[in-house]
Amino acid sequence: MTEKNLLPHERISAALRHTTAAGRTALVPYITAGYPHKEQFIATLRAIAQEADVVEVGVPFSDPMADGVTIQRASHAAIASGVSLRWILAELARAAPFAAPIVLMSYLNPLLSFGYAELAAAAIPAGVCGFIVPDLPIEESAEFRSVLEDRGLALIQLVTPATPPERLERLCAASRGFVYAVTTTGITGSGKELPASVGSYLDQVRGLSQLPVCAGFGVRRAEQVRSLAPHADGVIVGSALVEQMESGADPVAFLRALRSA
Amino acid sequence: MSNVELAPAERAELLRRLVAGELPDSRGRFGPFGGRYAPETLITALERLTEGVQRYLRDPAFQSELAAELKDWVGRPTALSHAPTLSRRWGVEVYLKREDLAHTGAHKINNALGQALLAKRFGAKRVIAETGAGQHGVATAAACARVGIPCIVYMGAVDVLRQAPNVERMVQFGAEVVPVKSGDKTLRAAIDEAFRDWVADPAGSYYLLGSALGPHPYPLLVRELQAVIGREARAQFIERTGGLPDAVFACVGGGSNAIGLFHPLAGDASVALIGIEAGGRSNKLGDNAATLATGRPGVLHGTCSLLLQDADGQVQETHSVSAGLDYPGVGPEHALLQAIGRASYGSATDDEALEALRECCASEGILPAIESAHALAGAKRWARNNAGKKILIGMSGRGDKDMPTLSQVFGGARKILAEAGHD
Repeated sequence: MTEKNLLPHERISAALRHTTAAGRTALVPYITAGYPHKEQFIATLRAIAQEADVVEVGVPFSDPMADGVTIQRASHAAIASGVSLRWILAELARAAPFAAPIVLMSYLNPLLSFGYAELAAAAIPAGVCGFIVPDLPIEESAEFRSVLEDRGLALIQLVTPATPPERLERLCAASRGFVYAVTTTGITGSGKELPASVGSYLDQVRGLSQLPVCAGFGVRRAEQVRSLAPHADGVIVGSALVEQMESGADPVAFLRALRSA
Repeated sequence: MSNVELAPAERAELLRRLVAGELPDSRGRFGPFGGRYAPETLITALERLTEGVQRYLRDPAFQSELAAELKDWVGRPTALSHAPTLSRRWGVEVYLKREDLAHTGAHKINNALGQALLAKRFGAKRVIAETGAGQHGVATAAACARVGIPCIVYMGAVDVLRQAPNVERMVQFGAEVVPVKSGDKTLRAAIDEAFRDWVADPAGSYYLLGSALGPHPYPLLVRELQAVIGREARAQFIERTGGLPDAVFACVGGGSNAIGLFHPLAGDASVALIGIEAGGRSNKLGDNAATLATGRPGVLHGTCSLLLQDADGQVQETHSVSAGLDYPGVGPEHALLQAIGRASYGSATDDEALEALRECCASEGILPAIESAHALAGAKRWARNNAGKKILIGMSGRGDKDMPTLSQVFGGARKILAEAGHD
């Protein structure tokens, strides 16, 4: 990024807008930190950041209750190999900067255990621009949000097809960086087809959001990216990418193929 | 101990509010604990459930239907049994609140029935449940059969093996039992999996959570449905002895039978409330499930409470001979009761619980669940320094389901056959 004077959360939205302004759909890949090989974390992340507009780095948690089998497996393996939030932040700080802004995706407990203030301080040198916390609804988020805002870091809000309109508006207004629009009910990587109503749902979210809207959950193939493109600023690819990495395939080639859409 | 330190005035105020029925508050908070840490997909369903709880728990029609079913189908009120032999042996007057006599064999039915009736009111197409020892699964399967809703039960693969008789019972009641092979393959993994199922269909499915934990309103809902234990026991104890017990004991895993017994007695300042957790093999992290004794505050399964976790916030595996106590968290109201000093919590080891189970069988002709035997073991230890006191022990369930474990530990039929000259 060249815009040195942007706040971290502004770097996220700027990166996404830069791509959409060029008429393309932004790509936000997710990887579980240190999986499948701890020692290749930074090299993999660098390569993926080259292809991506924003990268989500998953902090493994012992009880990932919103995730399907792929990310459960990746999380448990990463924890077993010694990956922790402290290790991730140290590795990122050693290797920063990256070609794309980094956001950490984590369940709340590892963040709580680390301590909010210390975490926000450690995020900056690590190149982390924001956080996605799937088990932290807006009602419980005031303390973490205010610590992050002090440092210009994003707390990216998730919205879902089950979110009623007035709540949707509130979540879009509170989000920073982008709005994470979950495309289906259910867990990540369920392999369900995207619902027929996904286009109108995403249009509704976009109508309410001042920020870019990225669609995630269930995105695996180029034609899905193509069909989402008119309705979203970006797409998030998680389980499908982790599966590629698990099988030893080249994640960069997979992302390029998705992007060729 | 917990590192949540509350000032004396704050403790007194929280106790006052708890007794006045003001906790949890509208956000599901029990002071520093509780809340609703759930994925966004579930928030609308949880809000709908909260509204339903507010409406139906006060609705006379719902209450009279629940009361009639508790009486005629569950068999309430359950007995309060004096235990003369244990009293003589321990030097205290022992009374047992006999939830083991409730239909399906444990207190779990109080909650399962109440929530199944609620699910029916909501027009749920299916009910999801998790189970550890299998008692909640059996109770839910039975209650769903009774009210006529299909039921799916998630159960850790380890627990399926050690509680096989309960799996058979669930199947007989028409439930679909799904062994969970992820994570630690016990109760905690089963809860993870039940949440994953619910996230897929939050509008059509009803998640019938079995303990007084999880995101708001579950700790409130489960407590209200289990409080029948404490209300009955309090009245029965006064009727029998002319006064209140000096101390009340209950085993604590997630803590639903204990909160059901403790909550209605929280305002009786003279009554000591003592929870007994699973001390497992040792007091080393991973060897027990003594969350209140050694846990730190954290968030798991939608609630903020004490949690057995490592320095990185990863939830730790637990060990207990009793599947029903084998859980790394605890209901938020227990965390509050400990933080304000209204209840105290200790633990009993696997061996102490098994020994207490034998003693209760031989002395009173009552086979407690291994879970409930932890409360007996804790009471026995307390009695050593409290001769002459009157105590109430929650017999949360019966031990029929523990036969595979007991025959492994004690030999049982195999030993008899061997002694009679068979292999």
